[in-house]
Amino acid sequence: MTLLFAALLTGLGLGAMYGLIALGFQITHSVCSRVNFAQGSMVMLGSVLGYVLTQRAGLPVILAYPLALLGCAAMGVIVEFCLIRPFAIRGNDGWLMATVAGGILLDNAVLFTFGNEPRSLPSPLVETSWQILGTGVYPQQVLIPLVAIAVAFALQMLFRRTRQGRALLAVVQNPEAARLMGINTTVMISGSFALSSMLAGAAGLLIAPLFSVHSDMGTLFGIKAFAVAILGGMTSAWGVMIAGFLYGLVEALVTTFLGSSYTYIVVFALLIAVLAIKPSGLFGAAKLRKV
Amino acid sequence: MPIQPTFTRRALMAGAAALSLLAAAPASAEEPIKLGLVAALSGQSAKSGEAITRGIELALDKINGAGGVLGRSLELVSRDDESNPGKGLVAARELVQREEVAALIGGLDTPVSMAIVPYMNDAKVPFVGPWAAGTPITMNGAEENYVFRVSAVDEYVDEAITEYLVTKYGAERPGMILINNPWGESNEAGLTKALAKRGMEHAGIEKFENNDVDVVPQLTRLKENGADSLFLVANVAPSAQVVKSLDRMGWDVPIASHWGPAGGRFTELAGASGEKVHFIQTFLFTDAAHPLFAALQEKYPEIETLADVTPATGIANAYDATLLLAAAIEKAGSTEGPAIREAMYQISGVEGVIKTYDMPFTPEDQDALGPEDYVFSQFVEGEIVPLMD
Repeated sequence: MTLLFAALLTGLGLGAMYGLIALGFQITHSVCSRVNFAQGSMVMLGSVLGYVLTQRAGLPVILAYPLALLGCAAMGVIVEFCLIRPFAIRGNDGWLMATVAGGILLDNAVLFTFGNEPRSLPSPLVETSWQILGTGVYPQQVLIPLVAIAVAFALQMLFRRTRQGRALLAVVQNPEAARLMGINTTVMISGSFALSSMLAGAAGLLIAPLFSVHSDMGTLFGIKAFAVAILGGMTSAWGVMIAGFLYGLVEALVTTFLGSSYTYIVVFALLIAVLAIKPSGLFGAAKLRKV
Repeated sequence: MPIQPTFTRRALMAGAAALSLLAAAPASAEEPIKLGLVAALSGQSAKSGEAITRGIELALDKINGAGGVLGRSLELVSRDDESNPGKGLVAARELVQREEVAALIGGLDTPVSMAIVPYMNDAKVPFVGPWAAGTPITMNGAEENYVFRVSAVDEYVDEAITEYLVTKYGAERPGMILINNPWGESNEAGLTKALAKRGMEHAGIEKFENNDVDVVPQLTRLKENGADSLFLVANVAPSAQVVKSLDRMGWDVPIASHWGPAGGRFTELAGASGEKVHFIQTFLFTDAAHPLFAALQEKYPEIETLADVTPATGIANAYDATLLLAAAIEKAGSTEGPAIREAMYQISGVEGVIKTYDMPFTPEDQDALGPEDYVFSQFVEGEIVPLMD
């Protein structure tokens, strides 16, 4: 009972993280069929900026965290402008490697400037844990799924109810027609990357107090979140979010009941099996091919 | 009109003369003896490379200040292995073949050292490890073993931390929480051996990754299996994740650890409960008046307090390793590898910072430090202090 409950808590907390980062993949993929493979580094950037602004510059959280998110958004715009657009306008797939390289570049730049020692970002929400059913949970761990669900909900609203959201959807459906209708597709695409990086940054700020802040902290998150985005099907925010929770739960359950040596073997074998059966992901709409 | 190169005949002659002078310079007795270093000087483990470099530099200052070795001064030539075994091997080859170093000193990473070991045994050049603790580095099975170590050894550490849990906490069923890499495996073997020797059973062997955030599932398994104490083997950041996960579970359990937590700001990362982790060290500065600490401060003004030299282990091991090598070269009366190796078995009365070394190496045991040299320690307010019984 304790085992199961502990696994569920771990799974939900981490799953929400994966989902939140994966939403970033989903947004840009919906808008322009491209993703930023440096998404893991954006998670790291959010944490590092949060740490530097609160711990070194001494800013209050209420000011520092929005600034950190703005920093991530700016980086997202830079990534799109420098690493994706030059290839995209030539119809070249070089952006795949360019964004991977960009992530490595950013990790190393942070290593040199921030330093190679992992640091700790304190939060009042990890000071005491609530003890339930023989295990414990930090308030911060409860906060992550709440934020993730709220973000997924807000994204859904943004796309359906606001002018900008509808404009984004228009770009998704037909970029040429959207442009003819006076929608600035360039700004829309750029904005989608800013939003995507901001979500990763938010994930970074949320996870940092439970983890440590260092230059390569985001790499594994980025890879797992990409798996989640593919699993969720890349088409709906809710699908990606649910896939995140599923991934986190399976990972925690396998570790708990089969042992940590089997975690990656089982999780990734399952992932391959699911994709073999449902190539467009669990919740993805199969793409119509016009012949 | 094409522009003529501005070489004049006179310049050419001068250049040629200078070159011939360089080439003709005889290998004079004053030419320094080179010692090589292959360690992580960049990346996550850069601090370890810095500590080793400082230890060696301090020892060289002392040796060269007293007239050097065989009437020649000692000089350090460093290469960065970036914690990558392939790069480490290339660097070792370059130092031995091109720089013709008399001996090589290694770094933090067991996998890098393991890659270099066979080459050094082939090349017949002594290789001294001041950090990496993997048991097979020195116990490598070579007929003529050129690998020595002045550091902790996993197998001895595992024996020491098992003894510690049993005698201090009456542990009967310890669980293992180990990092998932060759270092973790080396200790899994050592701990299993130490438990078998006592006829004890373990409550499970759990692995985790360097970047795992939440280790509660693994720890809950150990707890449900009846673990009454824990062995911890991981570097500083992952060790901190184990402590945070224990905190969250509300599980207060004795922890005996390898020296991983010493590699950084452990209590900042792990929180106050980090002080509950007891780990081994080969050397500690207990007060700022220590002569080696004074020498460090003088040479590296950025060192202000004892907290700036965590871990002191790397500095002390490298310092002593350099003194032992210098003594062996002096004794051998030569910079030839086989002669230095023979001399390593004969050196005596070398006053290091960890202890005075009398016949520290034998062909059966190429490790200068053993369990009796380990100090159990813990963090208190950010500083590593020896445990008081």
